[in-house]
Formats: sequence, structure tokens, C-alpha cells
Amino acid sequence: MRNQQSAQLLFELSRPGRRAHRLGEPGVPTTDALSGFDDRFLASDPPPLPELAEGDVVRHFVGLSTLNMSVDTHFYPLGSCTMKYNPKRNERIASLPGLADVHPMQDPSHLQGLLEMLYELQEMFAEISGLHGVSLQPAAGAHGELTALLVAEAYFRSIGSSRNIVLTADSAHGTNPASAQMAGFQTKTVKSNADGLVDLDDLAAKLDENTAVFMLTNPNTLGLFDRNIEQMNKMVHDAGALIYLDGANMNAILGISRPGDFGADLMHYNPHKTFSGPHGGGGPGAGPICVRDFLTKFLPAPIVTRREIETAEGQTEWYYDLSEPTEHSIGRVRSFFGNTGVLARAYIYLRTYGGDGIRRVSEDAVLSANYLLSQVKHFLDVPHGDRCMHEFVASASRLKKDKKISAMDLAKRILDYGFHAPTVYFPLVVDEAVMVEPTETESKQTLDAFVEALFRITDESGDTVHEAPHSTRISRPDDVGAARRPVLHWSQPETPDDQS
Amino acid sequence: MSRDSKQLRYAETHEWVDVAEENGERIATIGISKFAIEALNDLVYMDLPEVGRKLAIGDEFGEVESVKAVSPLYSPVAGEVVAVHTELPDNLEGLNEDPYEFGWILKVKLDGEPAETLMDHATYEKQCAQAG
Amino acid sequence: MSYLFHTDDDRREMLAAIGASSIDEIINDQVPQSVQLQRQLELPPAIHEMELTAELTRLADRNANANSHVCFLGGGAYDHFIPAVVDEIASRGEYYTSYTPYQAEVSQGNLQVMFEYETLITQLTGLGVSNASLYDGGSAATEAVLMALATQRGRNKVITSDVVHPQYREILAAYLRNIDAEIVVVAADENGCSAGIIDAIDDQTACVLVQHPNFIGGLEDVAAIAAAAKAAGALTIESFDPVSLGRLRRPGDMGVDIAVAEGQGLGNPLAYGGPYLGIMACREDLVRRLPGRIAGQTTDRRGKRCWVLTLQTREQHIRREKATSNICSNQTLLALRATVHLSLLGPEGLRETSDHCIAKTEYAKQVIVATERFEIVGEGPSLKEFVVRDRNGDVAELLEYARNHALLAGIDLGPMVGLQCEGTLTGLPDRYRDCFLVAVTEKRTRAEIDQWAEILCHAPQTAAC
Repeated sequence: MRNQQSAQLLFELSRPGRRAHRLGEPGVPTTDALSGFDDRFLASDPPPLPELAEGDVVRHFVGLSTLNMSVDTHFYPLGSCTMKYNPKRNERIASLPGLADVHPMQDPSHLQGLLEMLYELQEMFAEISGLHGVSLQPAAGAHGELTALLVAEAYFRSIGSSRNIVLTADSAHGTNPASAQMAGFQTKTVKSNADGLVDLDDLAAKLDENTAVFMLTNPNTLGLFDRNIEQMNKMVHDAGALIYLDGANMNAILGISRPGDFGADLMHYNPHKTFSGPHGGGGPGAGPICVRDFLTKFLPAPIVTRREIETAEGQTEWYYDLSEPTEHSIGRVRSFFGNTGVLARAYIYLRTYGGDGIRRVSEDAVLSANYLLSQVKHFLDVPHGDRCMHEFVASASRLKKDKKISAMDLAKRILDYGFHAPTVYFPLVVDEAVMVEPTETESKQTLDAFVEALFRITDESGDTVHEAPHSTRISRPDDVGAARRPVLHWSQPETPDDQS
Repeated sequence: MSRDSKQLRYAETHEWVDVAEENGERIATIGISKFAIEALNDLVYMDLPEVGRKLAIGDEFGEVESVKAVSPLYSPVAGEVVAVHTELPDNLEGLNEDPYEFGWILKVKLDGEPAETLMDHATYEKQCAQAG
Repeated sequence: MSYLFHTDDDRREMLAAIGASSIDEIINDQVPQSVQLQRQLELPPAIHEMELTAELTRLADRNANANSHVCFLGGGAYDHFIPAVVDEIASRGEYYTSYTPYQAEVSQGNLQVMFEYETLITQLTGLGVSNASLYDGGSAATEAVLMALATQRGRNKVITSDVVHPQYREILAAYLRNIDAEIVVVAADENGCSAGIIDAIDDQTACVLVQHPNFIGGLEDVAAIAAAAKAAGALTIESFDPVSLGRLRRPGDMGVDIAVAEGQGLGNPLAYGGPYLGIMACREDLVRRLPGRIAGQTTDRRGKRCWVLTLQTREQHIRREKATSNICSNQTLLALRATVHLSLLGPEGLRETSDHCIAKTEYAKQVIVATERFEIVGEGPSLKEFVVRDRNGDVAELLEYARNHALLAGIDLGPMVGLQCEGTLTGLPDRYRDCFLVAVTEKRTRAEIDQWAEILCHAPQTAAC
């Protein structure tokens, strides 16, 4: 009963002369409007876009949507990505004209509601992190990393230091070393120890007078809070370097521990993870950063500020404004204010929880992850202990040795059971890694069903698992062929038969 | 003419070297070992150096990629690149099938001796066996 | 109010299974007491959905917007019309609550959309390959420059002009502050044309960054610039406006090597600056240096056509510090909106949109110059944007007066004049000091344009007329 046309591309559905959107007459004189244009600027024909009717477009994209797993339709325990429920209220409010239809170059005097919201959000982010300088500008977590490293570079330059090395953990997201490189730093990798925590001896060996920043993920990508945090804090700061916290895992510690209190000087949030902004099939996110007071002057502008003003009635009220860049500011890292739409959802989310509720979010996320761990460890190795924060990493290496079932096989087979797969092969420090993050917005029944499915797979024949998934629209794709001979866009076939 | 893998010398980083006299010049032909190719699993891309480039021992001269891994290639010799195997990147299946003949990557006009750390075939096999 | 699931009974059962007496016990086992927060976070109190909706609606109502006011603002973000289908499709949870298609078998919807988006962008730009999106037009321009610098080893000069979007140049200066590269900002002529770039190109030039139409609405001779750059071995990067391509020549047809754009105008709301859509396309042979995700076509084990993320070795999760960029999360949902929008427009719809912009802009120019008070700065035709000088008023006060008459009349250019960042000129030339930038999209009606001119004419004058 699947509509087979949904597998066709827009370009194959196209028929010359078909048309959806029309504007009609412009209502102003049109003669000679084009005559001012020199021929060298004008194209003879418009771009060869597909030609479709509105009904075509709707059926096509609705059809395609049904080929996706999503949080709205499936449990999505994709480790490190915090795939929590995305409240519908947030979507409705963020699309109010007073938020969605505001032009970025409008004057602050007529945007007092919006700026008040963004100011309050800055304050909330500062309170949750314990770091008081906030920039909402970066567009994603990795962008926040880059921005913060540019801030660190500006700081060291301002004190006449030429420190140029960034240390990253071997368990860190690939964005850490990539961001450091983009910011003009060289990178060195710090090893993990047998417990999955930062190897303090290796850290000590690599810290020196050239170290600018140590990038730390805490809780780390194994879902472990680094119990040596205070010692690391002292070591790094004694060496004259700064600590950057990758905030990817903030969902574990809201109201429990603050990065600013455990030694971080700079950090980013991923509001699309922690504060329920939907993931959008890959984005948008946002990557607001928080920094210690002495780094605030280097932040990109604008930042939302407020001052008391007197009203015509003689009362005082807050006036919200945008800061001008200071002479120390790194400038800007994207156009306009930032990903306001994503930030608005974070604000609305935080308002639904408040200070008490937000700790409950992390507590339940930790509880759910530990519960899953306690069940999964009966049939899969979990190399780094019996307890975790909001996620844990199991290993399929024994399964691979015994039955040739790899982490990838496991991931593919779990799709047949109606669950999205965990993250696999990350972090790199665990062999055949299976990284599970349930989040706080799943029921015990769902978690139990997921455990049951995983267990059954470990009991299945190798053939069944190797050939999985069996129930999806396609079987495993040929990644090698895709990369060897890349086909990166549709082309007009030479004969109609080529349209398979 | 078929190249005998047992007669070649190998770098720790899995490049093989074959030094021969050609028109009075000492030319090193370089490729990557069967062991490395199998470990990398289904190569999808190769980046070649330009002819004329001067290489020192240990210089990165190119890289090979599988779907989810990148491996840099390091020069086991010093000298000038005099030829590159331009057919190879489009025929990587051939590299899997015949790493020592069709699979040559570049030829370098030697400037001095190859790296002292190069291993003979038996020693290299032992290294691979240990790596597992 | 909360979105939590667990009942107290659930929590008890789960703790028993874990073998812990409380959640605190688990936390204490992980987090040293000394770094635990010993108090409650001070956040505004929690409120329920009904109250929250009322409060946020009141807050939103305090913001002027393109719905409450008639909008003539542009400068890289535009009040273009968004057909209902775009919102309808993009609000499907299967799209917006999914993530990066790591498991292709259950992400064929998103992957096919990415492939269709990439194809549409190649059709739009006339270039061989497109990525699946970057953050926004400004950062995309800088990513293109980084790509060019990486491709053009040994060359470190980046040439641009003082009528390229000031914010785009600020981003460029910020990203390059710790990198060995020199930014040269060429002065445009009085019509806002950057032909002077050609004379600045030399054998150290890695790339040229030109915007067309540029920030002040002027047209650039991109083909001539690209030819000169090519002759000198440099790459040409064009920041284009997708809506302009209903009439203007495509970047690829003018010899451009890398084309970038702000894709907001393709079905994405203004949203006070974001999330927006960074478009990036390039020549096919540069694909290995292209940042961001790319979807490609392949077949599954049964030979069925399907789509996957491909060429991933360029990316940070594999190449780490050697990646082409650090980008991870991108703007897929906005790319989806652009894909739906372009599907609805088709070639004729895009042309019609361009033509409406051109005709209405021309009309707006005519009605504003009919007054004594205002003049157009620079000669030549405009696609949808132009600069107006107020001969005898204070632009800031003029625009304030307009706002109080439900009109977002233009962008004050005065504050952007002469700005510097990291020693790079990021601002505009002095001639735009008493000026404002006006954008007229297809949404503006004749009545609105007449009203715009009339309100501006009636604004109080601070100087003698």
C-alpha cells in the first residue's frame, strides 16, 4: 500500500508547463523595468528547475517523510545527540509573528519583548553554567567551539602570550580538534585511561607553556563524570592554560553541577539537545557560549544589555538594547543576531521547568540511562563500570568474536524492531562501541521493550542479523560505490529507460 | 615482468619500495602493501602527488581513503617524483587485486639512500602478524 | 508542567533494578560532592502551558514585525512570500524531530530531500556540486574563502570590496584573525561597482569574494572579475541572491568557482536572524575541499536506488583536525523548506518573483525621487534593493517616525560607515553616511509603496529644507 511514486525524484515527476505558485499582475508599470539591465547581467532562461503542481509537491514530500524515523514516531537512543521529546507548544509559540516575522535589522526600540526574552535567556544560561559572560550568536555546537577558541586566542594575544596548542581528549567529538584547527591552533591528543577518564599522567606530560586550552567533555562521551575534575582543574590552570567544556552532555548535570564551578573557563551549550530544540533532520541547532568574566570583553557582538529608563509617567522600567562591539571583541562569527528561533524554543522550554524542574530532567535522564545499563550489561559488555550519567557505551566486541555480529549489525537489526539505532563506533576508545542515550522523555515500558529487542538480537542467527534490516524500504546501501563514483545530483537521463 | 613481494622493502607505515636502475638513474617505485590494503577495507579514493615534487624521507605524499577512514602515505625515500600512476585512482579495485604490479603509486628519482628503517619482507610480515 | 514520564513507582522499580537506593546515590557515585551545586538553580518559576502561551503571546505582541508593519528591510534577509505548503511540510514531525541520517535505511526521506536540494542548487547556480547546507550566507562566504585558501596553497591574499555585506566581512576578519592570510578590501566606485577588484588581483591572490547584487543593491560584472581571477590562477567566490536568478545569470555561467548564498529568502522566516540557510556550491573538481555534509546516490543490496551520506572522509568525525570544516549540525530543516519552496516556484515562478521585485523596485525608485527631499545613490538598475539619501533629515529620526507609522522603511547605513575589525575595513564607504537601504520584494503592493513614499515625505525635517 505504499505509494511507489514517492521513490521518484522531483525531477522525474516534473512535466513541462506544470506550475504551482503564481503571483499574478504586479500592479505597477512593468514596461521598461528590464530595459535598464545590460545584457551581460541577464540570463536568457530561468534555471532549469522542475515543474510541478502543488498536489505533486505535497504528496511527494509527505510520502518521503514517512521513510524517516523520528522522535515523534520512534524511540531514538542515539548516544551523544540527546534525542528528547520536542514540545509542540514550543513550535507554536516560536512561530508567532512577533517572533518569526521579525527582521534582523529592526531597531531595538520596537523589539522590547524579544530582547527581554533573549536577555533572560542569557541570564538563565549564565546561572546554569556558573559562567557569566554569554554570547547567543553561534549557530551550532561546533560553531560555539570555534567562537570560544577565537575568544581564548584573543585573550592570550591581549596578555602578550603566544600559546598555540589546544589539547583534546581522544574520546572527544571530532569537532574539538577540527574547531581548534580552524581557529588557527595546533592540536595534541590526550589519552584516556583504563577507566575511560582523562589520563592525568598524559595530561601532565602534554601541558606546557605553549598550551592555550584544554578541551574537556564532562560528563565525557562514555557518559562518565570525570572524578578527577578538581585535579585537572588545578593542573591546567597552574600551567596557565584555560579549560573549555564541550557542553554536548549538559543534559546530565542541569542543576547538579555547574561547569563554572568545576573549572571550565569557556563552554558551549547545544540547545537543540539539552533544551529540546528539535534536531530538524540534521539542524538547525544553536551554540551559545558562556565564558568567565575576564573573557567577556572578547565575546562577539551584539549581546543583549539592559538599563533603567524613566517612562513618561515618571516610573522606571528596563530598556533592552544591543551592545556595540568592544575594541577587544573578536568581531562576529555569523550574520545577524544568532539562531533566534532555536533560542526561543530553549527559553520556552526552560520556562516550563524552572529551577526545581530542570534538575528533575537530569535526574530522570541519569536514572533511565542507569536502568538501561543495568539491564543491557547482562548480555553486552559495558567496559567502563556499572554506573553512568545520562548515557553509556556498551561494546559488541564479544558478540563479534563469538557470532561475527558487529556493532553495525546490531544497529541495523534494531531498526527491524522499530527502534532507531544507538550511536555506533563512537567514541573511538571503545572497540565496537554502542552508545545509548535514552533521555528523560521515554517510559520504562519503552526502555524495557528496547532491552528485550537487543537481547533477542544477541540470540539470533548471524545470517538474520548480517542481512538486516529486513523491514525497511531499502536494505543496506552500498557506501563504497557511493564514495568511489559519487553521484551528487540528478541528471537528465539519456533515455527514459534509465529512470529506474 | 612481475614484481615479487618478497624482494621488496617495506616501511613501518606499510609503503613498499622497489629500487631499480632505469636509463642510468636510480628510480624507486613505491606502493602500499597487500596487508595495508586489506586492513583499510574497500578503498574509495586516492590522492596522488604532482610530478616534479621533491620529497624528503617521511614526507606525506598522498592519502588513501576508505568510506570511513583516511590514511596518509609517507615517502620512504628522498628525491624527485618522476611519474605517478594516474590510472590508479579510477581503478582502485585493481589495487586490491594486484598491489605490487598494477598497484604502483609513484616513481621517485632517488637522492641518496632509502630510509634505513625499511624492513625486508620477513621482518615486515612479522610486524603485521603482531599488529593482528 | 513537565514532559517527564516516570511515576514514583517507575522510579522505585528502576532504582531497585539498578541496585541503588536513590538517584542521589547514583549521582554521588559519579560527581564529587565538592563540585555539586548545593542549592537550586535560580531560574524563573515553572509555568503551565496555558499561562506560558498567554505570557509569550503578550511578549511577542510587543515586537514590531513584518506582519504588524510594512517591511522594506533587506540587507541579506528579506520579506519574501512563503507559500502555505512550505510550513505544512516542514511542520511534519517525521522531518523536524529526526536527526542527521546516520542510519540510511530509516532516513531515506531526509536523504532524498538532501539529494533533491543539492540538485536544485546545482540547477540554480550552474555549478557541478552542492553540499547539504551551512549555517547562513555570511559564514558560508567565509567557509568558501577557507576552502579557496586550502586549495590554493602558497597564496594567501583574499580580495573583496567595500560593498560586500559588512557583516560578511566581519565574519571573514574574525575567522582569519589567527590564520596566515591577508584581506584586501577594494573601494567600489560611486555607483557601487567593484570593478577595481580586477586591478588588485596578483600572483599571491588565492581568491576573490564578490557579492552580486552587492550589499547596496549594485550589480557587479562577475564574469569579468572571474575571467581576470582565472587568468591569475585565483578562484572566484560569488555571494549571490537565489531570488535574483529568475533573471540574472547563474554563477556557474559566469565562471565562478564557488557560489554561496543566504537561502533565507527561499521559504524561511525572518526569525530575527536565524536559523537561516547557508547555500554553497562549487566546481565538481573542488568537491574534496567542500565543507559540510553531502548526500549521494547509490544502490542497496537488492539493487534498489537509494541515498546515503557520502564523501564523509572530508568531515570532522573522521578527519578530525584535518577536516575541511568543523561543521556537524547543519540546517537541514531550512534546506527542506528551500527545496519545497523551489519545487513550488519552478522556473517560471522564480522568474515571476524576480520580475515582481524588479518592477516594484523600479516603481519605488520613481516615487521616492519624485520628492525634493530624497535622492537615489548610484546609477543603474536594481533587482530589489537600492540606497536612498535623505538630503536634509536625520536618517535615524526619519526611520523612527516611519516605525511609529507601522512602516519598516529601510536600514540606516550611517552606523556602518567606516567600521573596522582586526585592521580590515568591514564598514561602508563615507558616501552612504546620510543614507538608508531599501528592499522591495514581490510582497509589496503599489499601495504600500505609495504609502511608504508618502510617510517618508511627511516626516519632520530637522535641517532647513
